[in-house]
Parts: sequence; structure tokens; C-alpha cells
Amino acid sequence: MRLLNRPLGRLSRHRRGPLAGLLVVLVGLLLTGGLYAVLSPASAQDDSSAAQIKQGRELFLVGCSFCHGTNGQGVKTLDGNQIGPPLAGVGAAAVDFQVGTGRMPATQPGPQIPQKEPNYTADEIAALAAYVASLGPGPAIPNPSDYSLDGLSAEQRQEAIVRGGQIFLTNCTACHNFEGSGGGMPKGGYAPRIRGVSPKYIFEAMLTGPQAMDNFSNGNLSVKEKRDIIAYLQSLEDSPEYGGFGMGGIGPVSEGMFAWVVGIGSLVGVAIWIAAKTARSSKQKAES
Amino acid sequence: MSSDNLPEKTPGERAVATEEPTPDPGLPAHEWRPTDVSPRAERRAERQVAGLFGLAILGSIGFIVSYVVFGVGDNPDTIANLGASNLMLGLCLAVTLLGMGAGMIQWARKLMGDHEIVEMRHTASSSQEDRQAAVAILQTGLEESGLARRPLIRNTLLAAGGVLGVLPIIMLRDLGPLPGDKLDHTLWDLNTWTPEMQAWWQTQNRTVQRVVRDVVGTPIKVTDLVVGDLVNAEPEVMFASDDTTQEALVEGTDLLVAKSKAAVVLHRMLPGDIVSTQTRNCSVYGIVCYSKICTHVGCPISLNERTTHHLLCPCHQSTFDLTDSGRVLFGPAARALPQLELTVDDEGYLAAKGDFTEPVGPSFWERG
Amino acid sequence: MPLDTSKIARTNRSTAATPKKPNKAGAVATWADDRLSVGTLTRVFARKVFPDHWSFMLGEIALWSFVVLLLTGTFLTLWFTPSMSESAYQGSYTQLRGVPMSDAYASTLHISFDVRGGLLMRQMHHWSAMLFIAAMFAHMMRTFVTGAFRKPRELNWVIGSMLLLLGILEGFAGYSLPDDLLSGTGLRIADGLIKATPVVGTYMSFFLFGGEFPGDVVIPRLYILHVLLIPGLLLALVGLHMLLLVFHKHTQWAGPGRTEKNVVGFPMLPVYAAKAGGYFFMVFGVTALMSAVLAINPIWKYGPYDPSKVTAGSQPDWYMGIAEGLLRIMPNWETHIWGATISWNVLFPGEIAPFLLFGMVICWPFLEQWVTGDKGEHHLLQRPRNAPTRTAFLAAMMAEYGLLWAAGGNDILATHFHWSLNSITYFMRAAVFLVPPIVFYVTRRWCISLQRADTDRLLHGYETGIIMRSPDGGYSERHLPISEASAYTLTARPRDEIHEIESEVDENGVPAPGSRAGRVRAKLSRAMFADNVQNPTAEELEEARHHAEHTHELEADLDHPAAGHEFDDHALRDADEIPLRHH
Repeated sequence: MRLLNRPLGRLSRHRRGPLAGLLVVLVGLLLTGGLYAVLSPASAQDDSSAAQIKQGRELFLVGCSFCHGTNGQGVKTLDGNQIGPPLAGVGAAAVDFQVGTGRMPATQPGPQIPQKEPNYTADEIAALAAYVASLGPGPAIPNPSDYSLDGLSAEQRQEAIVRGGQIFLTNCTACHNFEGSGGGMPKGGYAPRIRGVSPKYIFEAMLTGPQAMDNFSNGNLSVKEKRDIIAYLQSLEDSPEYGGFGMGGIGPVSEGMFAWVVGIGSLVGVAIWIAAKTARSSKQKAES
Repeated sequence: MSSDNLPEKTPGERAVATEEPTPDPGLPAHEWRPTDVSPRAERRAERQVAGLFGLAILGSIGFIVSYVVFGVGDNPDTIANLGASNLMLGLCLAVTLLGMGAGMIQWARKLMGDHEIVEMRHTASSSQEDRQAAVAILQTGLEESGLARRPLIRNTLLAAGGVLGVLPIIMLRDLGPLPGDKLDHTLWDLNTWTPEMQAWWQTQNRTVQRVVRDVVGTPIKVTDLVVGDLVNAEPEVMFASDDTTQEALVEGTDLLVAKSKAAVVLHRMLPGDIVSTQTRNCSVYGIVCYSKICTHVGCPISLNERTTHHLLCPCHQSTFDLTDSGRVLFGPAARALPQLELTVDDEGYLAAKGDFTEPVGPSFWERG
Repeated sequence: MPLDTSKIARTNRSTAATPKKPNKAGAVATWADDRLSVGTLTRVFARKVFPDHWSFMLGEIALWSFVVLLLTGTFLTLWFTPSMSESAYQGSYTQLRGVPMSDAYASTLHISFDVRGGLLMRQMHHWSAMLFIAAMFAHMMRTFVTGAFRKPRELNWVIGSMLLLLGILEGFAGYSLPDDLLSGTGLRIADGLIKATPVVGTYMSFFLFGGEFPGDVVIPRLYILHVLLIPGLLLALVGLHMLLLVFHKHTQWAGPGRTEKNVVGFPMLPVYAAKAGGYFFMVFGVTALMSAVLAINPIWKYGPYDPSKVTAGSQPDWYMGIAEGLLRIMPNWETHIWGATISWNVLFPGEIAPFLLFGMVICWPFLEQWVTGDKGEHHLLQRPRNAPTRTAFLAAMMAEYGLLWAAGGNDILATHFHWSLNSITYFMRAAVFLVPPIVFYVTRRWCISLQRADTDRLLHGYETGIIMRSPDGGYSERHLPISEASAYTLTARPRDEIHEIESEVDENGVPAPGSRAGRVRAKLSRAMFADNVQNPTAEELEEARHHAEHTHELEADLDHPAAGHEFDDHALRDADEIPLRHH
């Protein structure tokens, strides 16, 4: 039919053709989609680093800037106490650790932020890490080859594990306990349990010194030494519990508790059994 | 043991109201157990006891089998990630022992005679006659020995016995050397070194001893450390070896003794964080070095809170402030942590200027 | 001549033992008897009577644990090397291969990983050591709270206290033998405690360790202490403890037929031998079970001792926990006078407090006897409620012990409950002073109220649960008198006598010697017995019974339970032959 080709006075009858509505909807959809495609943020599949940093910045603004500032400069209270520390220079490794283990974003203040379910997907974490790394040079996310024993002979592996054990006992057990079960720190802080933690996070924790933990930079404990520690921890995971259940792996305190509760408790129970009145019958026995 | 006539009151027993409000009804009448009156119950109990003993036999057999089957050593067997040998030997032994024990107890409870029996007590004291006789015997003995009449013999005997008793104490003198001033110096003091260590030092051509990483023994450059690093460190001579014999200069017991005083921690902080003059003077570029040995009772400390620079000892929670001369902030330690004065040697490595200026570790009387 | 058989337990067989015709066993017995009077010994000891109660078996746990310790310990000595000479490890535990360690540590690793049953024996040895000392504590508390330490058993109490002390020292020496990181840290702390002793501290330290800590002789020295000297002392004292027990005979609870002059129970042969022997196997078996499934002291994870290494959660074994707690909460007091240092922060927890505590434990029977003036022999036990002050004292000491224990594990508490380490310490510093008096007061009043409840039952009978409604509408619960046996059990105790001073001066006005002490004693005696509820007199009991009977005359007969209450005590019987409950 003819569009918009009417003499004056007869407009009202032919103002809208039967398919006009359909066409308007189609045009509207095309316009909206096109604008969206042009104007919306780049999708996660786009791995150009500039785009990743941009995505990271947007995620940062939403989830992290409240405590860490819109430019990661840190936020202080009026009294000068810190709400969130500045992130320039903490490096991608710190972000990968903190966000990957779910510690960040923190849900409530306290002496120490606990580990929780991670809030972000792996891609989002990578984006955040890229953004924070762009704020200032800092430790990078380690390569898996940094902390794996692949490519070593059996003897070299064993040497690495033994050396790692000695380094672990010298540097780490004072806070984290002899088998990584964790320990107490002042004023409500604690060194968390490190058993069953992925090697990448252990490496990053050593590298970046999360929260109150010291740094063990690559100048302090070299990459090889960190690898040895991780190998030792892995060997603890792979070894059987030779003597039985470990009762938490915290040493004599739980041993004493079990000795009293299980040991003395069961033996007192046995004593009560031994001395208890036994069943009686109302029948009489003819004395023989 | 004592006389048959039991006295109404034991010696020293005070008069109590002899009128018990209620009289003693005597032992209750004996009630029979089902196993006493019912042959069925009796046989059942017998089977239970025999079954328990049988379980013990099975446990023993299981123990022997487990001993043979489950191996230890290089490739130990495991069950559900537990050591198999320990688990199975232990469980079988437990079954054996518990079976034996439960069997014996069940036998006693169910089948052995359970009439209560009365036995009369006797006073703990001996009878008057015995006492008098004893006194008489002792007096006779004393008389016949003549000790009372011969003070010279008595006194010389006592003196001889007293001196004899001192001899074992004297024999213990060589348990150990006298402390001297050993507790006042550590391996950081080159004057305490053996001739071999001195000879090695001559070959090094340096004036100040480096601080090296523990376990690996590598020296530390200032640029190695970033702010917040904590390094567990030792004096470099601990990792040095004789050039000719390749033997370690400090090893075995000497190494442990040296470690118990010379172990240190290095911590790098922002120079602006340092509070006290002493700490500032002993530090380089914000790197401070403190004794690792707690001044309370000597545990090694390396729990550092990076954000506050507070060092916590895991044993009794003494807390020291690394920015402020190692001052005690909390806990039972009474003295500040000794600080080691750092310097940088010609090649850029961290080194110690000398020994600590006070004894490290727990307090002692002569410490001053 | 007639034999006096009044001392010998009556047999429970109707015929006397008659000698059978001679056989092999008889020949052996005759041979032994010809030389050792075995017959007399058997006659005197084999039917010795032991009263039966579960709380009397706590000491047995300690005794049998000691036997287990001897057996497992002997096994361990066959492989253990008590030497501190160092060598690089080449055994099966791969995580430590090549690490320099003492022979003591290496041989312990060898026992754990290369000797079949070795780890089991090690764990059984350690678990039974824990049980040994725990059982001694439990036994001591039972003895204390039932007054079994009173004359003539004070000496046995003193011997028991020494056994406890020796057991603790033995345990400390024992777990230090493997020379691992955790126990070496404990030795380091012990060395710090020794060094703090005024004047002779450093000398004692150098003499113990053969020089500076850690030296190379302390492990062999602890070894000989642990396998020879202290076990010898323990064996001798345990023997003496048992001998006194047999000589004095065991105490017993008050009850029908039981008096201060007899002991009622079961004979040694066969019942007690079976029960005690069976208990030995149970103790052994429980230890084996725990060692099978619960790992204790995994020294391979600690590594060999190194003075520059330490683990978080460094605690000693539980029985040293209170010393550890004291060390942790003690404020950091140290005085420096004339060039000498006195470290109160270490001296008090390490040397003064244990001495005081132990001294108090040993002296208690004599202290109590002085306050109460009670010089009579006691063979009937007191129910804890009937000695409220003593029971309250024990409760307060237990509260103190528990608080110090918790203080010793303050870092474990901090991590598990998410508390602040510092706050726990501050709390404990106050609690160890404030909590025990509160516990004392509460326990004492609780005991007295239990005594009042007992007197109530005695005078007014027990509650039957049957509610009666009187014709004019009032409700009351029917009480029935308790049985003769129960009434006797409740009243078979002497009345407490408060020590009064007759006069402080004699007729000429001369003050009596020791009157100050006498005044103190009177005050303490009054404090000890104040508010205690004494036995009612015979008249009071009569009056209460009369009153009860009079009340019951007004109510229905009582020879059967009310309808629907036949099975109130859960026994299945015919409804016709239901006796009322025994109370």
C-alpha cells in the first residue's frame, strides 16, 4: 500500500497502515540493539588487556571502592584509622589471592577478614587483578611452573621436599603450626589453616603478605624456596596419617582433652559397669 | 596382727552421740541373680563369657596376621589414609584385651558367687602390750649399745655420717662446667670463635660478619628486601665450611648451642615507622635486626604483625615492639628484645657491626 | 587347740575345703609352703574383702596404666638410643632424609616407621602416661572429697601425693626423650625456669645440661631418670601404697550392715581378682584402642629440635598445663637489685607456685585434723555433701586448676573461638582470683541444701507422687517413710564438733600457751562446720514419724499403690504381688 501519500482531509482514515505497527517495532528493536552493541562495556571474552583493565575498573568501582577508594588510594576514617589500605603496588598477585580465596570483598570489619566463598568468577578476578596491577607495579600472579615440581628427578623432588620442610619449620610454623593447622596472633588476629589450600594461593600469600602476615618477597625466600615449601605442604597432604586421626593437629591440648574425655570417661564407664548392681530375681535358690 | 578384743573406741576418737537415731538393720537379705536360679540364664551367661574369650582369641589371631601382612618402612600400607599397620595391630590388640577383660568381668558379675562377706577390722595401732614391749626392746637395745653412755662415740659417729653424706654431692661437681661469662656472648662476637673459624675468617678478607638467611645460608642485599619482609637469619659463620676439609665449621651440638643465642630476625619497615633513637641508629634503610630468642624463657620468636611491627612469641605471648627498641608491650617477658646493630658491607650485603650489647635470652641472676 | 576363726571371712560355701588326694599341683604347693609359709599367706590374704563401688576403681586405672607403661616402655627401650650425637637421617621417613638429627630422634623415627608395632607401642606408652596421671588426679579427688585420707590413712595420702609428683616428672622426662621440636621447646622453657633461680640458677642450668643449653648430655640423663630412678621410686611407693591399703583395709560407704569396725564386700579370690584382673585388661584395651585410631605426639611432623625453630600451639602435655597457664598470665615483674636480677615473672609460676600447691596437697590431712580436732579412726566414707567446706574447697581448687589449664591453651582458645588473645590473658588474670571464691561459696551452699533435703527425706519420708485431695478440697502429696536401710545410711555419721576454747587464761590469769593458734583454730573450726546439718536426734525422728503416722491414719491404706501406679518403678510384675518401692 501507499505510505504517506494522501490528499489533505483524508489523513485520519489512512494514518496507519495495517503493518505500520509491526514496522515501528522492528525499527525500535534494531535501534536499541545497535545502540546497546555500540555503547555497552566490552564483554569478558574480549582479552585485550586494556579492555580487561577497564572491566576491572568497573568491577572495582562497584565492589571495592567503598573501602579502597575510587582510585585504590585507600580510605581513612576521620581519626586517621584505615578502613581499606591503598592498593597501589600490591600487585596482581595480592588481588588474585584476596579475591580468589573470598577474603575480599570484606563483608564486615574486624581484627581479621576471614576466608569465605569467592564472590567473583575467574575472569572477573583476572580483570580486577589487571586493574589493580595497573595502579602501580607489584608482584605478579605466579606461573604454575614457579611452584610445581614437574621436570625434576625423583631425587631432586625429595631434596626439594626435605629442604622445604626445613624452611617451613624455620619461617612458617611459628604462626601456622607444625602441620599448618593455624595459630593465634595478637588482638583477635590469627594465622589461618593452610592445609588443603591451592599451591597458587600459598605462593601468593607468601609473596604479598596478606593482612598482618609478613611479606616473604622473592628476595627474602626465593621462588625455588617457595616452591620447596609448597612441595613439602603437598607431601603432608599426600602422606597417610600414620598413627591415626590427628584430632585437629594442634598438639597436646587436644591430646589432653581426648585423654580425659575419651580415656578416663570410658574407663569410668567400665568401672560403673563392674560395680553396678546386677539383675536380681525374685526366685529363690535351693541351697545345695 | 592385733588383739582380738576390739576396743569400743579407737584411740583418739572423740565421744559422739552413741544414740544413733536409727539402729543398724544389718546386711540386707541376699537376692539371687537370674543366673543363680535359672539354668537357662546361667548357660546364656556362660556362653557370653566364652564368646568374649573367643573374641579375644580371634583378636590375637588378627594381630598376628596383621603383623605379617601390613608392612612399614619405605612403602607403608595404608587403609583409608591411615597407617594400616598401626591401625590393624591396634584394633586387633584392643579386641583381644577388651574381650579378655569383659569376659572376666562378666564372669565375675554373672556367675561367680556374689554373697557379700563381712571381715572385721582391727585398729591400726598396736596393742598396749606390744607398745610397751617395743619400748622395752628399744631401750634394751640402746642400753646394750652403750650409745647414751658414750657421747664421744655418738658425736664422732654423727660427724662421720654427716661428712659422708657430703661426698655424693661433691661427686656431682663435674656434671657441667661453670657458667663463667658464656651467657654474655654469642657467635656474633668474633672473639668467641674457635681457631678454625678464625682461620676461615682470615681467608674472607672482610671486617664485618654478614647476616645470612637461615637454612639456605645466602647473604642478603638491602635491595633484596621490600618493606614488610621478615627474614629468619643467622650469622654467616654458621654456614661456613673449612676450605680444605670441607667440614662445617659449626656443627652438631655447637651449632645448636650457637643457634640458641645467635638466631636473629630481620624486618624491613618504612624508616618513618621507627620510633626510638636506638632502633634508628641500629637500622639501615628501615631494616632492623633483633634477637630471635625471647627474653622470657627462651623460645624463638618469629610471629610478626607486619602492619603494627609487633613481634609475638608463640610460647607465652610476650609481644615486643620492633619500632621501639624491642620494648615489651604485653605478656610475661620483663626485658626488651636485644637489638643487633646492622651495617652494610663493601659488597652491599647486610652485616652486623658486632655482638649484642646485652645477654640474649632468659634472665638470670648475674645478668645485672 | 581351738582355732580362732573370728578374723577370717565366713565362707559362702556350705562345706569346708577338704584336701584331695595328692597331685602335681599339690606337690608344688607343698614344696613352696615348706619354704615360704604360702599356706598362711593364702589363708590371710586370699579371702580379703574389698567393698564394691565404682569410685574405688579410679586408683586401679592408675595402677594398671602404670603396668601398661612398664610393659610398653620396656619394648621401647629395646630400640631407643638415648644419645644426642648427630648424624644425617637415612631412614624411611622421606621428608626428613638427610636432615641432621640426634640419635635419640632418629631412633624414635626408626621405632615409628621401621619397627612393626613400634608406633603402636609408642602411642600406647604416651596415651597410658596421660591416663596414669589423669587417673591419679581423679583418684585423689575422690579420696579427698570422701574424707578417705583421714586417720589412719594420712600416710597413704602423702605417698599418693608423691606418686602424683613423680608421675608428672616422669612424664615430662619421657616426652622429652625423643628430642623433637615440641619437647625441646619444653626443655628450653624448663631451662629458662632453672636459670631464673636466684644465685644458683645458671650453675644449676649448666650442671643439668652439661654446659650451655642444649648441650649433648641432657637426653641420656633424662633417660636414666626416666627408665631407672623414677620408675624405681614409683614401684616402691606404689608397693607401699598397696601394702597400706591391705593393712588398713579399704574404706567403705555407710549402709546397712556396714560399720566403722567391719568391711563388707567381695572376697579377693575369686571375685575381686577377676574384677581387678578384668579391669587391667580393659585399661590395656582402651589404651590400645585409642592408640589404634588417635595419633598422639607425631614427632615426625615436628622435626628434630632446633633452638631457632618453634611451632604455634607449643604446649606441654596436659599435666603441666597449669604451670604453662601461670607462665602465660603472670605479669612481667622483675627486680634488679645490686647487680642481680630476680625474675618474679618466671620464678613464681615455675618454682614458687608449684611448691606451694604441692605443699598444700601434702599437708591437707594434717591441716584438717588440726582444725577439726578429730583424732579418731575413720573407715566409713563421708558423702561429699556432709563435708560442705571440704567439698567446696576442692571445687574451688578445681576451678582454679581449670582456669589455669585454659590459660595455658589461650592461643588455641583464641583461634577456635575467635577471641582476642590479649583479652583472654587479661580475663584470666582476674578470674584466677575472683572465680574460686565464688565457686567455693556456691558449692558450700549447694552441699548444705542437699543435706537439708536429706534430712527432709529422713524426717518426712519420700514423695510418692500420689496426690490426695482431702474432703474439704485441699491437695497434699502423700509421703511414705523411707526404708530402714536408707534411714540408717543417712544417719550413720558422727556429729561435727566445733572446737571451742575453754578459757584463754587459767585461774591465775596466765594466758594459755598457743592461745593465738587456738583462737585461729576455733575460728576455722567454726567456719568449717557452720551451717552444716547434723543428724536429727532420736527424739526428733520419733516425733516426725509419729506425726507422719498420725497423718496417715486419716488417709486410706497404703499397702498397695493407687490404681494406675502399679508399675511406677518400671518393673514387670503381677499386679497382685506388688510391693511398694524401696527407698
